[in-house]
Amino acid sequence: MKRIRIMLLTLVAACLLALPWSQAQAADYPFGLLLVGPANDHGWSQAHFEAAQVIEKELTGAKMLYIDKVNPADRPGVTIPMLVDDLVSKGAKLIIANSDDMKDGVREAAMMHPEVKFIHISGDDVLTGKSDKNLSNLMGRMEYGKMMAGFVAAMTSKTGKIAYLGPLVNAETRRLVSSSYLGAHYAWTQVLKKPAADLQFKVSWIGFWFNIPGVTSDPTLVTNSFFDGGYDVVISGIDTTEALVVANQKRKEGKEVFAIPYDYKGACDPAPDACLGVPYFNWVPGYKKMIGEAMTDKWEQNFLWLGPDWADINNMETSSIGFVEGSVMTAEQKAALADFQKALAGGLNLFTGPLNFQDGSAFLAAGATATDEQVWNLPKLLEGMEGAGE
Amino acid sequence: MNSTRNLPQMLLGQARDILLISLLALGAVCCLLLALGISPADIASTLATGAVGSWLKFNHVLTVWVPLLLCCCGLLFTFRAGLWNIGIEGQVILGAIGTTLLLRADSLGLPPSLLIGLALCAGFISGGLWGGFAGLLKNRGGVNEIFGGLGLNFVAQGFILWLILGPWKREGIASMSGTDLFARELWMYTPPGWRVAPASIVIAICAFLVTWYILSRTRFGLRVKAVGANPAAAPLYSIRPDRTGLAAMILGGGIAGIAGGLQVTCVYHRLLPPISSGYGYLALLVVMLANYKAGPVPIICLLFAALAAGSIQLPITLQLDSSLSGVIQGACVVAALLVYGWRKSRKGGA
Repeated sequence: MKRIRIMLLTLVAACLLALPWSQAQAADYPFGLLLVGPANDHGWSQAHFEAAQVIEKELTGAKMLYIDKVNPADRPGVTIPMLVDDLVSKGAKLIIANSDDMKDGVREAAMMHPEVKFIHISGDDVLTGKSDKNLSNLMGRMEYGKMMAGFVAAMTSKTGKIAYLGPLVNAETRRLVSSSYLGAHYAWTQVLKKPAADLQFKVSWIGFWFNIPGVTSDPTLVTNSFFDGGYDVVISGIDTTEALVVANQKRKEGKEVFAIPYDYKGACDPAPDACLGVPYFNWVPGYKKMIGEAMTDKWEQNFLWLGPDWADINNMETSSIGFVEGSVMTAEQKAALADFQKALAGGLNLFTGPLNFQDGSAFLAAGATATDEQVWNLPKLLEGMEGAGE
Repeated sequence: MNSTRNLPQMLLGQARDILLISLLALGAVCCLLLALGISPADIASTLATGAVGSWLKFNHVLTVWVPLLLCCCGLLFTFRAGLWNIGIEGQVILGAIGTTLLLRADSLGLPPSLLIGLALCAGFISGGLWGGFAGLLKNRGGVNEIFGGLGLNFVAQGFILWLILGPWKREGIASMSGTDLFARELWMYTPPGWRVAPASIVIAICAFLVTWYILSRTRFGLRVKAVGANPAAAPLYSIRPDRTGLAAMILGGGIAGIAGGLQVTCVYHRLLPPISSGYGYLALLVVMLANYKAGPVPIICLLFAALAAGSIQLPITLQLDSSLSGVIQGACVVAALLVYGWRKSRKGGA
């Protein structure tokens, strides 16, 4: 009797073990992920990598194949179509290219592999009609995150001098740095009630999304020069954490300076004492929608520009944009930020006129609000900002 | 009589060298991998499948092989003349710039295939001029070609960056991603199912045959060899080492310039800062491994190209950094230098 019971239990256990396994086999869906930087950069690429890991867990059968450091400096001679060929030969049915830098390559690869689905992050080929039907675009409305970053920077700055460590100049970076400026301007003039003329906001561009020695400007040196020039908060717009590292060093030297990193939820972790918070991308909702649709044969070419879930911007299931408050933020700053977030959720639009461009030309008339298209394709920096905009 | 008696011995000696180099290099790499807890067999099979596992993968190998072989051809001229042309990277870059300059001149109204041909000629000329510049610095300014070449590499890198971020930048974007893509008709023809343009393979093979012919079958080749072997004695035979060296630099730079041109028209279809992909420096290793002889160069290029292309599989399959292929390439060259040095010292001793 005992033997029969053991045999039955073994049989049941075997069935239980075999069941999900056989389902996974049946619905096996490898997807490729091309990361422009290292998978552990505490920034842009790590945010993508960890979201893909969540997708592996949450969508049965989804299996990630990834290659990091996909850029011509780290992998000389390697092209995007070449890597896509490799991933496809390994069975990838959908490929995510996570950089603006991959735009040309992913468009070419999508033409070569019409049976494979492609997601190009941060691009707009779907809007411009340059892509085939198997290529979609995905991006987060980081403008809100950057407005919060600018807001916190202005609430903290004692000198009224805020700097932005920019990557390269394009429409995406112009709208993000401008959003930071608008957030800072709002805090300075509407919350702190200080004169707008006392706020300085400067951007310097390094030339790429991360440091390439000998090719880009060194972000460590650029951040150092910001702090040496009296700027006491640096907002980072690049993929890596140099601004935070330098701020931490300066604090150890006794300077009251801070940084706001970018992209990744855990970006403050290396130096929490110097970190005012971080606006971050959560790619899980976007990935889940697009990969889920591809897995169930419901793929449709799409351009998704996903925003925060205002009910809880740090909900990893629903919010594509979040903001982690730095542990050094005071209770007053946190309360002010909460009010600001409520106002944004309630419809506050900082892209509301009167707004001029940096060169004095008109952008928005008094009371007019910018359309999505105007924000997406922002052609110049805004009046009140210092630094190159073209 | 003497040479025929020595031929089998020579071949035997060469085979022994190759075996020794392979054993040394493989031994060193295997020890390193085992110390890191990585199975050498896994690495070998991953690299092999990555390089020749399919037709497309072999195409990727050829994509590397073409510019690498061209750079090696350029270096054969200069090494034979006793010159260390470190400036080859800059010559590749200038070749790419020259080619791009022509491809951007769509106002010429020429048929695309003619324009591509002319653009490659422009690549040859600009690469050649850049090589010639390093030669002139040596002849007229007394600047050693190694330092002159290195300096000119930095100038070329700065120049290409300025062009890409300045006059040739994309609309609204000053980006390291490079210039805008060329129109499709200006991409060198690649048949469906291929990833490398057949014409580029033909160009590389022709360049190699021409290099081999010039160096071994012409009076000019003999003069280059004489200058390389003994520049002090060359004038006794009415050979001017400075002029011959300069010609070798111009020819070598020109061929490297074609490599840059092909990178633009066949691989990236635009100009981008790392357009040379480090093939110039890699070619230096290949030619050293070949003991500065033309014969083994295409095969060694193929091996190095297979390593470079196959190494993409390391991060995908084994989550290992693909720079491991660079370690293998480096180990091969160090082993080769050791073996050649050992043989030379034995000859000297005997």
